[in-house]
Amino acid sequence: MSTQTRVGAFATEAPTAASDGAAARRAGVSPTRQKPFTPWLFLLPYLLLFTVFVIVPSVFGIWISLHEWDYTLPNKPFVGGENYVELFDPNSVNSGSFWTSMRATAIFTVFSVPLLLVLPLFVALLMNKSFPGRNFFRAVYFAPYVLGVAVVGLMWRYLLDNNIGLVNYYLGLFGLPDDTAWTTSVPAAWVALVGVTVWWTLGFNSVIYLAALQDIPAELYEAASVDGANSWQKFRNVTLPGLRPILTFVTINTLIASANMFGQSYIITQGAPGRETRTAIYQIAETGLRNFQMGDAAAMSYVLTFFLMVISVIVFWLFREKKEKPMPQEPSAAREGALR
Amino acid sequence: MTAIERVATPAAVTAVERQGEARTGRTPVWAIVLRYVLLGVLALLYISPIIFMLVTSFKTRADAAGIPPTWIPNPFTTQAYETILTASGTPVLIWFSNSLIAAVLHSALVVVTASLAAYPLARMRFRGRGLVFGIVIATLLIPPVILIIPNYLIVGNLGWLNSLVAIIIPTAASAFGVFFMRQFFLSLPAELEEAALIDGANRWSIFLRIILPLSKPAMATLALLAFLTNWNDFLWPVYVLFSADVQTLPAGLGTLQSANAVRYDLLMAGAVIASVPVLLLFVFLQRFIIEGVSRQGLKG
Repeated sequence: MSTQTRVGAFATEAPTAASDGAAARRAGVSPTRQKPFTPWLFLLPYLLLFTVFVIVPSVFGIWISLHEWDYTLPNKPFVGGENYVELFDPNSVNSGSFWTSMRATAIFTVFSVPLLLVLPLFVALLMNKSFPGRNFFRAVYFAPYVLGVAVVGLMWRYLLDNNIGLVNYYLGLFGLPDDTAWTTSVPAAWVALVGVTVWWTLGFNSVIYLAALQDIPAELYEAASVDGANSWQKFRNVTLPGLRPILTFVTINTLIASANMFGQSYIITQGAPGRETRTAIYQIAETGLRNFQMGDAAAMSYVLTFFLMVISVIVFWLFREKKEKPMPQEPSAAREGALR
Repeated sequence: MTAIERVATPAAVTAVERQGEARTGRTPVWAIVLRYVLLGVLALLYISPIIFMLVTSFKTRADAAGIPPTWIPNPFTTQAYETILTASGTPVLIWFSNSLIAAVLHSALVVVTASLAAYPLARMRFRGRGLVFGIVIATLLIPPVILIIPNYLIVGNLGWLNSLVAIIIPTAASAFGVFFMRQFFLSLPAELEEAALIDGANRWSIFLRIILPLSKPAMATLALLAFLTNWNDFLWPVYVLFSADVQTLPAGLGTLQSANAVRYDLLMAGAVIASVPVLLLFVFLQRFIIEGVSRQGLKG
């Protein structure tokens, strides 16, 4: 708030100093005065961190994956694609547990992503109109997100406890089965992990949806009303097309977050029963950072990344397909209005 | 005007709210009642696990494991806190200060480096600008999982394993931070700098004396998001910190759980201690947090 007013004050004083501002503006933001290395000095600290901890590791990882890289061994012999081949060889040590973990990640992603796309939209739609208490509700739904996964995990491990947990107790009160082993049996553990994750992150997606909904011009709804559209038609022809660019972001973001699920599984189920709920990233961290088989773990992380990229491309493609279909005038205007 | 600028502009926000009010005017009463009932019931269900965590932390060991579960501690006791704070092997106060130090330094580093980097990307013309910005944004698409193993080795080679530096620095190269600050700088009027440049000010003093003072809200938002992320981070500290006395609070709680699997009174007390700072930040600064998150979405 205060920034805006101060910017305003500054701007009204500015013209006196910039009386020959036109010339200055033509010179852009004065490249002539600028020493060529000035921008790079500003960029230096960030680029240093960025290079060492983002660029170098993303290439170094490939190098690691091509070696038999055990942290505890002095030699790291080059093995080419062997680490990758082993992952696809059912007789190798790591193959079975890796694909079990990939399946766990897939199960979790398949069930959590649709819920995390639809339920937050429902909540955002409920809150889209301005009404007393809206900010309160928005805060309530967002609050769990500021708690970390460690807190969320411990809390729900207690609530989901077989014997003394609140969840089974209340299920019993309603005459439902009250002895489900939420943390140690499948498919109950999947219901628990997905449910907890939805509870934890629903507010995050809701807030993003809500911001996008507020960006859809009201005139479009008014025009739709004038044309006699009912609520469903307005949702179908104004709201959804207006949300499309945001939907791509929310879908990809939720997909990547779900595919990286770790803490819930580490704390709530500890991978149980057996290794059924041990996710891919959990398996990669254990293989690389507990057993120090870093070559294998790096290869696993690229296989996981490959799957993620394929899925992301599919998502982009799906959303672009829909855009290309002929659409009524108003929604396309809404789309442009919603983003840039 | 971009969507981000519109969200950031108070005038636009109030305009949107006004539109909303106009729409509400036509909403039938039953719909308003239905909305409140739905939102109210959901909100109650939503917040009750957090309340139950708080309640349990004031229970005795037996009460916390009692059936049926109760919503009022009987007797009310701070025993769980006393135990967890004093027991050897659970240095909760040390974990707490580790988390605090790490999160504060980390968020300062993110804000400083991201602001510095975003300024030339928003305001200067130079060869390679598009390339640098493109590469930084492209890394938003890199799944963090591929960085874990190589970064562990890099951190090991730097001698940072099992020290707080390992959780302060490597995660500080925030592509989102650069994007976020750049977007904010772009929204400031160019006349400000042009006037100062004509008066002979150099870039550095323009940045320090004009741009940064105007950017306090954006920097506060970014600092807050970086603080929350670092405070709550779990996987990385679990694997790079191994001594009890260098752990962060979330990583420590993870070990606490394996050691005290059935002491839910203690676990909930620990969880409450880890929640208090972030919940307080959220209560007082939720506008910044929520605005920051919604802008994260609008970058698409």
